[in-house]
Amino acid sequence: MTTLISQKPELKAPEPEHCPGPESEDAGKGDACAGCPNQQICESLPKGPDPDMAVITENLSNIKHKILVLSGKGGVGKSTFTSMLSWALAADEELEVGAMDLDICGPSLPRMLGAEGETVHQSNSGWSPVYALDNLGLMSILFMLPDPDAAIIWRGAKKNGLIKQFLKDVNWGERLDYLVVDTPPGTSDEHLSVTTYMKDAGIDGALVVTTPQEVALLDVRKEIDFCRKAGIKILGVVENMSGFVCPSCQGESQIFKPTTGGGEALCEELGLKFLGSVPLDPRIGRACDNGECFFDQYADSPASNAILDVVDALRDEIEMLLENLNIN
Amino acid sequence: MSTTNTVPKLLAQVKHVVLVLSGKGGVGKSSVTTQVALTLSLKGYNVGVLDIDLTGPSLPRMFGAETKQVHQSANGWVPVSIYHDDKSPFGSISLMSLGLLISDRGSSIVWRGPKKTAMIRQFMSDVAWTSGNSSEMLDYLIIDTPPGTSDEHIAIAEELRYATALDGAIIVTTPQQVATADVRKEINFCKKVNFDILGVVENMSGFICPHCADCTDIFLRGGGKALSSSLDLKFLGEIPIDPTFVEMIELQKSSESSLLDQYQNSKLYPIVSQIVDEILNKDGK
Repeated sequence: MTTLISQKPELKAPEPEHCPGPESEDAGKGDACAGCPNQQICESLPKGPDPDMAVITENLSNIKHKILVLSGKGGVGKSTFTSMLSWALAADEELEVGAMDLDICGPSLPRMLGAEGETVHQSNSGWSPVYALDNLGLMSILFMLPDPDAAIIWRGAKKNGLIKQFLKDVNWGERLDYLVVDTPPGTSDEHLSVTTYMKDAGIDGALVVTTPQEVALLDVRKEIDFCRKAGIKILGVVENMSGFVCPSCQGESQIFKPTTGGGEALCEELGLKFLGSVPLDPRIGRACDNGECFFDQYADSPASNAILDVVDALRDEIEMLLENLNIN
Repeated sequence: MSTTNTVPKLLAQVKHVVLVLSGKGGVGKSSVTTQVALTLSLKGYNVGVLDIDLTGPSLPRMFGAETKQVHQSANGWVPVSIYHDDKSPFGSISLMSLGLLISDRGSSIVWRGPKKTAMIRQFMSDVAWTSGNSSEMLDYLIIDTPPGTSDEHIAIAEELRYATALDGAIIVTTPQQVATADVRKEINFCKKVNFDILGVVENMSGFICPHCADCTDIFLRGGGKALSSSLDLKFLGEIPIDPTFVEMIELQKSSESSLLDQYQNSKLYPIVSQIVDEILNKDGK
């Protein structure tokens, strides 16, 4: 598999703290480069705008809407929500949907979409995604691993290389209505890379997932700050795991207590759209483990209604954007 | 890749180092770290807590230290003291986190790998955990990590490569298969870098409904145990979801008694206490 990944320049030593990045314009010329053992290597690399950018933009040009699913915090349900959103969009047979898993160290989408154990095929036109449904394609590093338990111990630069290939070389077919991109927690290499590489192709916006407690909101604030810095529009915030209804007594409890008002208060404070909250339902976890579509199975549960409401609100946001563009 | 095979200065001040790891995010690494630190302190050990989750530091909030600041001394950065009382039988707790070094809690740290590596190296070499007095040596240093197996993990593995004080890693998981799949990757990482695994903790296993006291397995149950038996690891225990713990953390500012006192009376204390005893036993032999 490693031979597929484009080779990064061989550096002699780890990058110094303020390394401008071997692929940047200042490579070899920055202040931090003086005295760095890599200076000559970096300096001799080709400069100028990344030639791959045009290829990426071209490859993504027939994708109508591109959505990032983000959260500063781990385990709030980014992948769960990405899978739900993909299922919900793909339920409309007219739509072609793609899901891309950028969580390289902990890919979970394949299991949630019931596509574990599949492999990616390479052809002349690029890597073909794995199809979970006829109109739902999926791309994840998990499909490329020899053993699903293998640890992917990669530094940032290597992850960036793979993300670039995902954007450049995956053949999504003639037309894709939605590409949903699942991301890892944090604000680091993966996030910088995906937003930079997709800049020209255009990102419709980001869906931010949070849970109600302040410990999570704290990290989510950072992610929102990141979106602002990177110039990504925030389509809205969804609050996951809010409230739990006991199956034996129907009593409701707040497991992750919103002591500071939860996602809704955060949206008010930062002027963002609150798309809705989804209650905890143990059956969601089970459906994800088995790779089944949750709202096919439990169509009338409060959780699936809540999820579908959020998806509708999100589609409104995105399609409203497009209308605005048409008027102009 | 560092060419020196010297042990970072920090480790000369510490008797035992324990890492808290998990491939998955949001499984409770930080809350397990907090609980283990509180428990060790209640048992009379001096504890240091180092947070190397640089882009999403949660420990300052967990310990109610968001407004506190790190000071510079001749020996290096002085960590924030969470608890210190010479007269009480409890050990001290001090905390170091990037969250304590940034002024605005809402601003993001957008760093690529090399910068994160440099920060961790600095945490390992420039923090003065003790005031230079060897009698105040830290008994335990607990290191909380971000999810994944990437830059931060490689950096900490390099720094700890020659550390004899390293006891090993506590692996935290939640019961679902989606989580244990990522955790298996983390275990493989530990094997590659030769970290001993102290055992597996299953967090969020079961929720006791406050209305009817019935236990519901929100994220299923038994995944951690199955994982540890299939990989032949020690299973340290199950920690149930307890909304009162979240409440205790979030409302500690307005509460009159200290976090330590509150935790001692918490329902989770006996459970974590057993887990910590397992870790202490390992050192005893």
